[in-house]
Amino acid sequence: MNVLRKLGTAATMLGAIVVPMVVLLAAPWWLVAASVAAFAAWMALTRAGRQAVSITRVGIATITQRLGSSAVVVVGIAGVVGVLVALLAMAAGFEATLKQTGADDTAIVLRAGAQTENNSIVDHDSAEIVSQAPQVLKNSQGQPIASPELVVVASLPKRGTGLTANVELRGVGERAWDLRPNVKITNGRKFQPGLRELIAGKSAHEQFAGLDVGSNLKLNGQLWTVVGIFDSEDSHNSEIWADTAVVGTTYRRGSSTTSVNVRLVDAGSFDAFKAALASDPRLRVDVMTTRDYYNRQSETLTSEIRILGTTVALIMAIGAVFGALNTMYAAVSARAREIATLRAIGFRGAPVVVSVLLETTLLAVVGGAIGATLTWAIFDNYTASTLGTNFSQVVFSFSVSPLLLWSGLKWALAIGFVGGLFPAMRAARMPVTEGLREL
Amino acid sequence: MGAIVEIRDLSKVYERGKQRVEVLHHVNLDIEEGDFVALMGPSGSGKSTLLNLIGGLDSPTGGTVAVAGKRIDKLSEDALANWRASNVGFVFQFYNLLPMLSAQKNVELPLLLTRLSAAQRKRHASTALELVGLAERAAHKPSELSGGQQQRVAIARAIVSDPTLLVGDEPTGDLDRQSAVEILTLLRELNRDHGKTIIMVTHDPKAAEYALRTLHLDKGTLVETEESPTRERSEALRA
Amino acid sequence: MKYFHLIWAALFRRKTRTLFTLFSVLAAFLLFGLLDSVRSAFAVGSSSVAAAERLITVSRISFTLALPKSLLARIQAVPGAADVTYANWFGGVYQDPKNFFPSQAVADNFFDLYPEWELAPDQRKAFHDIRTGAVVGATLAEKFHWKVGDKIPLQATIFPQKNNSNTWTFDVVGIYHVADPNLRGQENNFFFKWDYFDEARQFGNGTVGWYVVKLADRNRADQVAEAIDALSADSDHETKTESEQAFMAAMMGQFADIGLIVGTIMGAVFFTLVLLTGNTMAQAVRERIPELAVLKTVGFTSRTVLGLVLGESVLLLVLGGVAGLGLAGAVVSAVRTSLPAMGPTSPMVPVGEAIWLRGLGLMVLTGLVVGALPALKGMRLRIVDALSGH
Repeated sequence: MNVLRKLGTAATMLGAIVVPMVVLLAAPWWLVAASVAAFAAWMALTRAGRQAVSITRVGIATITQRLGSSAVVVVGIAGVVGVLVALLAMAAGFEATLKQTGADDTAIVLRAGAQTENNSIVDHDSAEIVSQAPQVLKNSQGQPIASPELVVVASLPKRGTGLTANVELRGVGERAWDLRPNVKITNGRKFQPGLRELIAGKSAHEQFAGLDVGSNLKLNGQLWTVVGIFDSEDSHNSEIWADTAVVGTTYRRGSSTTSVNVRLVDAGSFDAFKAALASDPRLRVDVMTTRDYYNRQSETLTSEIRILGTTVALIMAIGAVFGALNTMYAAVSARAREIATLRAIGFRGAPVVVSVLLETTLLAVVGGAIGATLTWAIFDNYTASTLGTNFSQVVFSFSVSPLLLWSGLKWALAIGFVGGLFPAMRAARMPVTEGLREL
Repeated sequence: MGAIVEIRDLSKVYERGKQRVEVLHHVNLDIEEGDFVALMGPSGSGKSTLLNLIGGLDSPTGGTVAVAGKRIDKLSEDALANWRASNVGFVFQFYNLLPMLSAQKNVELPLLLTRLSAAQRKRHASTALELVGLAERAAHKPSELSGGQQQRVAIARAIVSDPTLLVGDEPTGDLDRQSAVEILTLLRELNRDHGKTIIMVTHDPKAAEYALRTLHLDKGTLVETEESPTRERSEALRA
Repeated sequence: MKYFHLIWAALFRRKTRTLFTLFSVLAAFLLFGLLDSVRSAFAVGSSSVAAAERLITVSRISFTLALPKSLLARIQAVPGAADVTYANWFGGVYQDPKNFFPSQAVADNFFDLYPEWELAPDQRKAFHDIRTGAVVGATLAEKFHWKVGDKIPLQATIFPQKNNSNTWTFDVVGIYHVADPNLRGQENNFFFKWDYFDEARQFGNGTVGWYVVKLADRNRADQVAEAIDALSADSDHETKTESEQAFMAAMMGQFADIGLIVGTIMGAVFFTLVLLTGNTMAQAVRERIPELAVLKTVGFTSRTVLGLVLGESVLLLVLGGVAGLGLAGAVVSAVRTSLPAMGPTSPMVPVGEAIWLRGLGLMVLTGLVVGALPALKGMRLRIVDALSGH
């Protein structure tokens, strides 16, 4: 029975800690900022507030005596914030890379039912019909800006490890350059249509060996030459491009492709475009804006990483809270005599509570700042790659944004607050006589 | 009766930084088996140091200490520990019980160093507690006992493994008059009825009256020896 | 051992402080259990005994490229290949894309090479006989309430039928079970007959996605693999054959350097843990110097005192750690049963022997590291000084 009761107490304690923390974490930033501002005003303007400040000053001055246990709070919280921000930055970076790749005025056409280019097949006739749709923008020569593209996967060794990984090979049509004006050749030149030449995206070139300008590589038993490097500032940087027709021959696809990418007259004509293709009995296709398409690609992975990051950080935070509780309970006990004296003199309970909370929060903020700074210094713009939905590597960089850093700081505040609350209440409720007896 | 403690030319020097403090100077002393000795003297006289040396808590700088015929002055720390386990029982001014253990478990502590089974340990400890009159408080923690009761538990712990010597450093120093009397009476009983050799440091002359012999120390040397009038009639000594 | 109650009593002397520290240790090992479970899933792939006897043959270019079916007879003739089967990824969707599960068209003898997937003999025969037959995993059947005899339509994402329809209809003829709870994630597959698939599909006829080869002698894996690849050298369908484990590991490895991510997180966690428990132990021993001195006066040797303090710190870590790992095990179980498996294995491995062993090792090691300094302090204390309060 005793065991049951003890378990019950432990469970209640756990709940009393986890619940306020989660509530604090969910609070919107403006609420937190407003609370902080209000609190600062209270400290400066009211008598109780100023008392709290002076008690806190004394407390901080004695921190050097409790260096070990104070370090526990700081390091614990630094860890939580560091890990959280790093993982969220990973998710944000991946999402940003993919989201940048799409636009509202370009559309991608796949075979009906295929979810990704990898699974899709569009035959030559259908591609022709699509490019003739009236909503497709025409270039200065009057040609429709439509690029039938053939996406396949090639295996290349990665730089450094030498292990082979998949890279996406995209055969693009003649009008691909009109379709994607953001693509710049940074090295070498464009490939010549009809020849076994390819250009490598900036990130693909960095990730894989054998993609330098002038290198030869064997694709499906045939020799190809790398003639240039391009930068498209989006996820296409992880791809290598060549002429659709030649890719088709090499991979024995005949004249069919995996998708048709078109530039529309404007974003508003998408609905008409979609309707036109849907009503054509010769076509069995799915149509979406490229923005839609690439958004979907990033959804699953980014939400998975965010869930992982938040879960890991939450567990670490709970560990850190208990560390802080230990530290602050010990701090309060060590200063029981001082606190009792203060209260015997006439300081009210509230300033004492506030001062303990302040001290804990200050330690927490220091920890949070350290964690955030470390993560920013190490991980901002750190390049990584992962398996995209086309079973090939997508390169992205971690993005440690100010918003993320602020998120991390919020967590630090929450942990500090919860970790200091109970010890603070204990300090306030400690009977004056008991504390004085320590003398 | 032969001397159970033989001390010859005993000296102890402490080095605190650059200072050399000679606490005991060439002390010679015999203590007979069954005796109840009180060590008195002003603070700094070296009485506690002498007690520590007799009890094997410390090693002398010079001279010899022999207890029950065995020289303990040159033993290593581990050897001393082993020796203490079966030869000395300590009683301190501030009881020094382990606060998180019950009285029973506190008394059993020295027995953990023996090969006795758990049941046997329990039996011995119960016997010791009965002897000091605290059998019904066996399950209580020190915080639940009065000062006098705690000291009695300490005494039980000191005698539970039937050591050669019972050594006390100001055993009544922190007790009120009545509890002090109870403790001293108990000690006298242990000496008179059970033949225990007891050496006790005290600054209280009234406490020293319970002893059979009082030794006075000053500045590290033995200056005076008094024998209690009851000493001659002591059965323990006569044995 | 008889000193245990001393160690236990010492640990719980300050109940609140110990309890709080235990919770922190619990959190650290909960994380360890969860993360190591994920890391193991990505490191190992399939780990069954039967898997060690299988090779996978795919196109050297990319595993998304098909191989000719004509290779079957030639692979069967390779010495050391006891049995060969083949399969094709289908990628069908049941009702809603969110209900994703793997679906494959397989040869009739497929289940002979996967004995860990238990299928009743009469169901095996039905699969052989019935053209549109499908065998599904028990977990999948339970999730969608399928029974033998049900008609299940799947929407093709890659392979439409010759009549342009995307809808393929199958008859459930068998349900397979996986006995090993570690491999329960594999009960999530949907298999149907390759003959039906090849007959009805619009393109790619006469090709298979990959071959699975059962080795006659596990130790000759490399030689057999080389021999198989030699069959297609310099052709337009060059193959790459490797053990099933290597194949899975390579696939998983492309996903991310999970080991690095997990290692970094756990590094941060354990650094904090050592600091936290170290601080607690240091405080605890500092407070108890007089008590340790008393033990010494009673006759406990210095070494015993060292052992008592070390025992205390190890006990602290083990109590919290076991609770944390236990909780991790429960969470992983819950996650594995509710999340669908992505491919042949789920992203978390059950918290089994390997993880427990590693965890216990870490607990003891951390306990020793954390307790070392305080234990030395306790061992070296001078009785006389300690008792007089120096």
